[in-house]
Order: sequence, then C-alpha cells, then structure tokens
Amino acid sequence: MPSTRFTYAPAPESRSVVSLRPAYGLFVDGEFVEPRDGSMFTTASPSSEEVLAEVAAAGPGDVDRAVAAAARAQRDTWGPMPGKERAKYLFRIARLMQERSRELAVLESMDNGKPIREARDVDVPLAAAHFFYYAGWADKLAYAGLGPSPRPIGVAGQVVPWNFPLLMAAWKLAPALAAGNTCVLKPAETTPLTALLLAEIVQQAELPPGVVNVVTGAGDTGAALVAHPAVDKVAFTGSTEVGKAIQRSLAGTGKRLTLELGGKAANIVFDDAPLSQAVEGIVNGIFFNQGHVCCAGSRLLVQESIADAVVDALKLRLETLRLGDPLDKNTDIGAINSPGQLAKIEELASSGEAEGATRWSPSCPVPERGYWFRPTIFTGVAPAFRIAREEIFGPVLSVLTFRTPDEAVVKANNTTYGLSAGVWTEKGSRILWMAQHLRAGVVWANTFNRFDPTSPFGGYRESGFGREGGRHGLEAYLDV
Amino acid sequence: MSDAPKVPATPGELAAVAVPPPSTSGERARLAVQKTYKLFLGGAFPRSESGRSYAVRAANGAHLANAALASRKDVRDAVVAAGKARGPWSAATAYNRGQVLYRVAEMLEDRRDQFAELVASGEGVTHAAALTTVAVAVDRWVWYAGWADKIAQVAGSSNPVAGPYFNFSLPEPTGVVGILAPQESSLLGLVSVLAPVLTAGNTAVVVASELRPLPAVALAEVLATSDLPGGVANILTGRTVELAPVLARHRDVDALDLAGAPVDIEVELEQASADNVKRVLRRDATQGAWDAEPTPRRMLAFVETKTVWHPIGI
Amino acid sequence: MSTDGEGARRPDGASTAQAGEMTGRAPGSTTYLPAGSEAGEAAIADVARSETALRRFLFGLPGVDQVGAESRAAALATRSIKADAKLWAIDTAISMVDLTTLEGADTPGKVTSLCGKARRPDPTDPTVPAAAAVCVYPDLVATAKRALDGTSVAVASVATAFPSGRAGLAVKLADVREAVAAGADEVDMVIDRGAFLAGRYGLVLDEVRAVKNVCGRAHLKVILETGELATYDNVRRASWIAMLGGADFVKTSTGKVSPAATLPVALVMLEAVRDFAASGGPRVGVKVAGGIRSTKDAIRYLVLVNETVGDDWLDPALFRFGASSLLNDLLMQRSKQRSGAYAGADDFSLE
Repeated sequence: MPSTRFTYAPAPESRSVVSLRPAYGLFVDGEFVEPRDGSMFTTASPSSEEVLAEVAAAGPGDVDRAVAAAARAQRDTWGPMPGKERAKYLFRIARLMQERSRELAVLESMDNGKPIREARDVDVPLAAAHFFYYAGWADKLAYAGLGPSPRPIGVAGQVVPWNFPLLMAAWKLAPALAAGNTCVLKPAETTPLTALLLAEIVQQAELPPGVVNVVTGAGDTGAALVAHPAVDKVAFTGSTEVGKAIQRSLAGTGKRLTLELGGKAANIVFDDAPLSQAVEGIVNGIFFNQGHVCCAGSRLLVQESIADAVVDALKLRLETLRLGDPLDKNTDIGAINSPGQLAKIEELASSGEAEGATRWSPSCPVPERGYWFRPTIFTGVAPAFRIAREEIFGPVLSVLTFRTPDEAVVKANNTTYGLSAGVWTEKGSRILWMAQHLRAGVVWANTFNRFDPTSPFGGYRESGFGREGGRHGLEAYLDV
Repeated sequence: MSDAPKVPATPGELAAVAVPPPSTSGERARLAVQKTYKLFLGGAFPRSESGRSYAVRAANGAHLANAALASRKDVRDAVVAAGKARGPWSAATAYNRGQVLYRVAEMLEDRRDQFAELVASGEGVTHAAALTTVAVAVDRWVWYAGWADKIAQVAGSSNPVAGPYFNFSLPEPTGVVGILAPQESSLLGLVSVLAPVLTAGNTAVVVASELRPLPAVALAEVLATSDLPGGVANILTGRTVELAPVLARHRDVDALDLAGAPVDIEVELEQASADNVKRVLRRDATQGAWDAEPTPRRMLAFVETKTVWHPIGI
Repeated sequence: MSTDGEGARRPDGASTAQAGEMTGRAPGSTTYLPAGSEAGEAAIADVARSETALRRFLFGLPGVDQVGAESRAAALATRSIKADAKLWAIDTAISMVDLTTLEGADTPGKVTSLCGKARRPDPTDPTVPAAAAVCVYPDLVATAKRALDGTSVAVASVATAFPSGRAGLAVKLADVREAVAAGADEVDMVIDRGAFLAGRYGLVLDEVRAVKNVCGRAHLKVILETGELATYDNVRRASWIAMLGGADFVKTSTGKVSPAATLPVALVMLEAVRDFAASGGPRVGVKVAGGIRSTKDAIRYLVLVNETVGDDWLDPALFRFGASSLLNDLLMQRSKQRSGAYAGADDFSLE
C-alpha cells in the first residue's frame, strides 16, 4: 500500500476548463441538431456515478440524414478538393486539438473514468498526432505505395468503442479524410462527449459541412449506420462478437470492411529479461487504462526458472499503484467504464477462483461510489482456464509459465485471437525469432503498449483485419 | 532563359542609384524606420564580419535596401554553426521536425502581405501575382513539412534477404548541405530548395539570390520565430561567385545544391566538390518557374541509406 | 547502515532504519547472492573470491533497458505533490542536504560560513530543520568540526584523491586517514573508474574494502561517478561492487563531471540497494549529488525513493542530497507554501 509517511495529498485537475452543456445534439451536415426520430439518453461519470449530460440517440432517420450529408459532401466538395487543401484542414484540426488539449483530456477522464494523467499524456497527444500524420498524406497519396492514382472510396461509416473514445475517433477519421472520404462517426454509448467536442473543433476548423458527422447513440444506431446502403466502407473497433455480426451482415453488400476486435495477448518474459523494466512492462501491459485495452498483455507467460522472482517483484510493484479519483493527477488506476463491464470482470475473476487459480490483489482502498476493480493477478493458471482464454477487458492478469522458446510460441499462439504480444529478453536474435513466429499483428519487444501514428496497428485472425496507422493505414480508405 | 544573373562589377556601382523621396500624403509625412538586412547565422542576425554591404535594387531600379555582403569567413562560420546543429536536429524525432516545419508555414502565412511586397518589388510582378506566388510557396512548405515522418516509410524498407537475418534499410540525413538558392525565383524557388533539405533532417547553409535577397532575409526572420533550433538553417546574402566556391571547397560541407549556380562556374563547383566527395545536386536546366508540383527527388538527394543486418534465432 | 553506533555523529531526525531489518517485503524476494547464505563475510567472500567469480556474479545480474528505465523515471516525475505533503517533502529534503563546498578556493572563512548555514538554514525561522551534514575537503575538516561543535550536523569529507581518484592506493588511504583523524563523521570516496572500465572489478572492490577498513567509526559513502560509467548496466554493477565492499551509502557523482545525478541513474541505484537488502544484506543508503538545484527536482527524487525502495529510506540515515544552491530553493519554496507569496532570492543568506 502507498507510503504512510509520504502521502502526496490530493492533486485534482480542475474541471472548470470544461464547459459541459446540459444536452448535446447530433452533429450533422456541419451543425448540432436535435434528433428527429431518435431520443435522448444520459451519460455519467463512472467514478462518481454523476450524470454529466444528456446526449441524443440517433434514430434511423437521423442516420439517414447524416449519411446523405456525407455522400453529398464527398461528391461535391471533399472528393474533388485538391489533396493539399484537404491537408490544410486536417492540420488545422490537429492544431486545434493541441490548443484545446487540456479541455479534451479532462472531459475524456470524466466521461470514461481513465486517469487524467493518461488522458493528458497519452490519449490526447496521440489523437492530435494522428491528425498531423495523416494530414501530410492527403497530398502524397501517389507515394503511398498503393498505386499511381489512388482514389477515395466514398462515405465511411465508423463505429468506435468506449475505451479510448477520442483516440479511436482520431484513428478512424484522420486517414479516411486524408484519403478523400467523408465520415459518419458513431461513438460508444457510454463515452460520447469527446467526440462531440471534436465535432466543435471540426466546426472551428471550418471543415465543409457534411465531411464529418457524429451520430451518438447505442447499438441500434451503430447497426443502422453499418447497414445503410449509401455507406461504402465500414470501420469497426469493438467486441469480437459484434465484429462478427457486422461481417456477416456485410456479406454480399460490396461494402469494404475493416475490423479491430479483441485480444488475449501473451506478454512473454525470458530468464534474461531486463527484470525491472519487464515488471514495468507487465504492469503497463495489463493495468494501463484499467486493462480496457484490446491489445492488453493479459497473459503473462514467464519462463519457469524465474517465475517466482517475477511474481514477487510484480506484487511488490503493485502495492505502489494508486487507485481512485480519475481527475487526481496521481491516480494510476481509474474507474471501470460501466456497471455492465464491471459485472463481466467480476464474473470472469470468480471463474478463475472457481477453476482453482490463486487470486491476489494489492490492498489499495476503493472509493464508495463508482465502479471499481482492484488490479488482480492469478497464479497457478492452466491454459484451459477461462481466465486464460477469454478476454476479460479489465485489470486482471493470468500468469502461466513456459520452459523453452518453442513452448512460449506455442502457448502464445494457442488462441483464436492474434492482436499483440510482448517479448522480454536481452538477446536480439531471440527477439527477432519470436517476432517472426508469433501470430500477432503487433509485437512489442522490451516494451509494451507503445503507439504511434506512423506505426501500423491491427490483428491476425479473430482480432480483426486491416491496419490503422502508418502508410498501411491508408489502404482501407482508398480504391487502388 | 538562363537563371543566372549578370554579375555586377563592384558593390560601389550598385550603390549609385537615386533614393526615392519620402512619401507625402498632404500633411507632413511620418518618417519610416528603415530595416537593416543582416545575415542569419547560428540563430542570430549578425552583420558580415567583413563589414561590407551592397545595395539591393527593385526590378524597376529603385533602391530597396542595403543587404549584408557576406565573406568567405561568414561562410566558414555558417558551416560551423550548421555542423553544430546537425546532431540535435537529426536526432530529433521526425514528428518534432514536422511540427517545427509546420510552424514555419504558419509564420509564413502570417506574413503573407510582407512577402508579397518583397516578391513584387524584387521580381517586378504585380501584387496579385506575388500573392499567388506566396500562397504556392506556403503550400509548398506545408507539403514538405508533411514529409518529415514519412520519408522513412517511403524510402526505407525491410529487405527479404535469403537467410535467417532481419535486414532493414533506413534513410538518414546526409549532414550539412550547401544550397545556392535560385537567382530569379526569390521566394518560391528558395522554399523549394530549402524545405526538402530540412525535412530530411539536414542542416543548411544557403546563399540567397544575389540580386533578390530580401525574401530570404524575411524567411530567416520567420525561421527564427518558429522554434527552429539555431544553426539548422543559415542564410547568407552576397555575391554568389564569391561564396559558392567557398562552400564547394569546404570539407565540412557534405552536399551541394547547385540550383542557383552561375552557369559559368557550375562545372568548377562540381569539380571542387569532388575533393570530399560531396553529393552534388546539379542545376536542372529544364527547371521552369518552380510552380510545378515537386517530387521527393530533392529530399532523396540528401539522404544516406543505412542497411542493418541481425540474425534471427533462439 | 553500519552497526557501529556510539560516538559517531549521526544526523538528527529519528531513524527507523535498522541494520539488516526489512519491512513490507513479500516472502521469497529476488535474491542475487548465493542461495542459502546470509549476506555477510561468507557471501561476500564467495562472490569476491576471484576476479572471475566476481565478474560472473556481476554479469549474472539482470540487465537494465535504457528506454524502460528512463520512461519509468519520467513517469514517476509526473507525480504532483501538494500542500501538507509538499511541506513535509521540503522539510525532509532540507534534513537530507549535505551542504557542500569543494573548491580549490575554499578557505576556513568560507567553510565556517557554510557550517553556520547548515546548522541554521534560516535564522529567522527555528522550525526549519538543520541540514544533515557539511561536505568539505579533508584539510578543512577540522575547521568544520569546530564550527559545528555541539550541533547535530555531521562533517563529511571527500577523500581518495577526489574527484579523479587517480593516485596510488597508499596516497588514497593516507587521504582517508587524515580526514578521519581530523574528526570526519563521514567519508565520501571515489571508485577507480579507470579500473572499472578496464574490467578490473576485483581491484575496484579491494579498494572499497581497504578504505572501509581505515574509516574507523566514520560511515563510508562510495561515489560511482555515474557520468563516467556511461551505461545503466555499469551503474548497477558498480553499485553492487560498492555494497559488497562494505559501503554504507552509494553516491552518484562528484559533482565535477556532467552528467551528474539523474532520475534514471538514481532509480537504478535504488533498485540495487533494494535488491541487496532483499538478498539479506544490510540497508545501504543512496546519495544523489550534482545538478540538483530546485525543490521540484528534490521532490522528484523523494518520490523515486518512495516508490522504488519504500518510505523507510525517506530518512537522512539512508538518503542524502549533495548540493549547495538547492538549500535556498527549498527555503524559498517552504516560505511560499506557508505564506502563499513567492520569496525573493535575497530573503535568505547565500551562504
């Protein structure tokens, strides 16, 4: 538990930088409008359960309007616009995001429950950087290696999840717009607010109406968007279950599709790993963002010869984690995003105990209101246990062991997922050998959870297909 | 038509021009504070160590200003500054370089009118045409700024060698690039030769257009207010025939761009460059008015490709 | 911390650190010394029985990934310390300062002045704690002792041909003996970096032990000069050599070479003392010196200590700042925390 002598004192980031409106409309054709055949619902802070605002749930008619606006804008304005002009709009958006970064970070933390330090230091800077990077591609598409004259596809229907609301919106919008497509974005039900603030920024950037539209709502809004006949390309990040449903529904429609789904990544630690940094990598891998990360290192595969030492060091390290008010600048672990997600995590954690694994959590105190789950590790985990196979999407680590590099690879690949993996060893050739053999779209060696707009991200197998980031991220949005 | 200007006889001759009368608008006019045009070296604005200057004339012959007349010692100092700035600039992340260069574009845009005036008077074009040129120059700079974090992806690769080795190639900046800026296109041409060098991670010593140096000095002021570290770009004004050979012979200059080289010394400059095997980008005789869309050529001319091997095994 | 107790000057402030005691540690912690043996003469003798054995031991320690270590240190530097916690941190930092003057131009007058400052950093405010020690060259120890007679402030002396360490062993030991004879409570030695970088680890270890032998009751700080060691792996190995040699403290720098103390270097050293204690060894302190000028920096180090090795080390008996201008910045920040207004530089004596 944290020090009893050096207590840090509360260091809350002020909420005053954010001016919350009581109610938000949809962002369609350049304006905020009331839903015509939708309704209103509320979004709350998962750390205090306080209602933050009312938000519109777009009905099918609203979705139709948004898609029509996007189609018209693509045909008449955005599609014909020279790349260098599109570039300048995207540079503007990136700059505005930087200027309003504090506001975005605080709002994200309030709506999602993640620590302000992460929203401030990771989410928002990366989101702005994504716009910067893709802005520069808008007038260089001929050099992207995808053919001499790539063309946009048309209207992109984009559905993003609640774990990195603003960042996922940036990952979707930036490449699509750079390539000359227009967008209709559907943020997650529990985290609509930063997407709406981004819509304000889009207005401030004077982006032509209809180029970006935001239709808030729940699952049915997303389904309506994905099914809309005038949507030419669908991009979805979210649960594997819904991803499969979307893939089924798009069969035969001619719509392009990319999916970024779940994962059950193995974080593999060899006996010659730089130990202290490996412990940091394990902690970062599963407890960053409360484990609400598709590429989380949720399985620790530790070489048997050092397993005890690593677990001991890990437990010691976990005792210094600070769980609490997301707006406190010293908080490491924030709130679980919703009661529904909390229930799922609890159910799976209970199954771990039921199946015979040993459960351990540090002794950090938990606030009374809000949705919280202590960082938890399970040792004595067999590969067949549910906690070793199913995605928990929470701060729960399952620890398994291996003896040889071959065995590590076999165990790591023994999953239907394939999003990411971690490798910890001082031996360069082994890093490269492991990278070659791991069936994962992202391999982190001696690090974990590093993201960059230039670095392609995406999965193998049931973790989805398509890549976001880098030159490769353009492919999904171009006709070549 | 050749891009090379007629070389004036002496600075003294240039000085013998009529000074235009102060503006009168009815009542007693306000006397303007005249600007001193200095060199841009190591992030600062010094005069030439030689203490010399020369008169700059508008296209219509009117006296515009005195510009510093750089000496070979100024070139030497600029090369030292560019050499010092090399390490930090090439070690900065590509993202950071892109951010800084985009900021330069912001500052350029902000001074659109000032640049248009300098281009109009220097090149003898209408204000409207000058504004268009400035707009193209700003967009050109933005184009290059956006390349900073993409060169490695386009010019680099992992190579599928026939063996258990991971093999990758990376473009790295060549180093200090000496640039002879185009003589006629005093802003757009200048931007077109400087931006690619910087975005690729190099540092530069620029010899501005001899007869039309004022946009270059104004650009220096933009660079100085854009978070560009001192010494990354250095801009010297003066006589091209005097300064170019110093750059060409200097062994701490790694590459030379002959865009604005006087035709009669082009060959001599390339020969001198061979002394330390400089990478030379020859003047393109077909180069028109610099309006045409650029290609990555000017960045790739100033990168070195490094290829690394590493075994793959347990 | 060495077990010799009586007679030696110790800094004020209750010390909860006990030799060989460990708190809050999970069982079966990482041990690097041969299993089944207690750290003590036997284990040390075992590891240090030959150059080869020592080298094998040192190279068997886990490596340090530079990027990972630096990013951990940077993450800890984002901690925001406010209000009462900040005041506590400032006072704690003040009590950990080894107020230092190590100039060729030092005179008895200068040293006496400094001692006055160390015992009463702010004469207008008696609640300000005294510094932990004053740090001077050996020939000024006697002056410092006189000036600090009857106070809780210890006298630390650099020795062993500080700062370069380039002299024969006999000269270096004579240097230490003089400092001890003049009454130094603490000795700050430098390791032979040349020997270390040439791979002569046994020689480095032998020198530490030899110095420890002539320290008598004075506690020994071993300066690694991390700026010259260049890599974090070397810092880790040098820390272990120092601890195996009997160091009471491991210290980053002489302050005469840049870079001096940095957060990632301190992180690696704090992990080394943590692991040494976990292996059954005594608790060894850490001193960061050189380049620490602001309260913000000092507080960052305290956070590092707190979250790496635990709050037992947040005590002058186990953590020190080697600094000079830091003290006034701490006083200014202390004054601001209490009054709400920024103090001026001239509100405090410069020495």
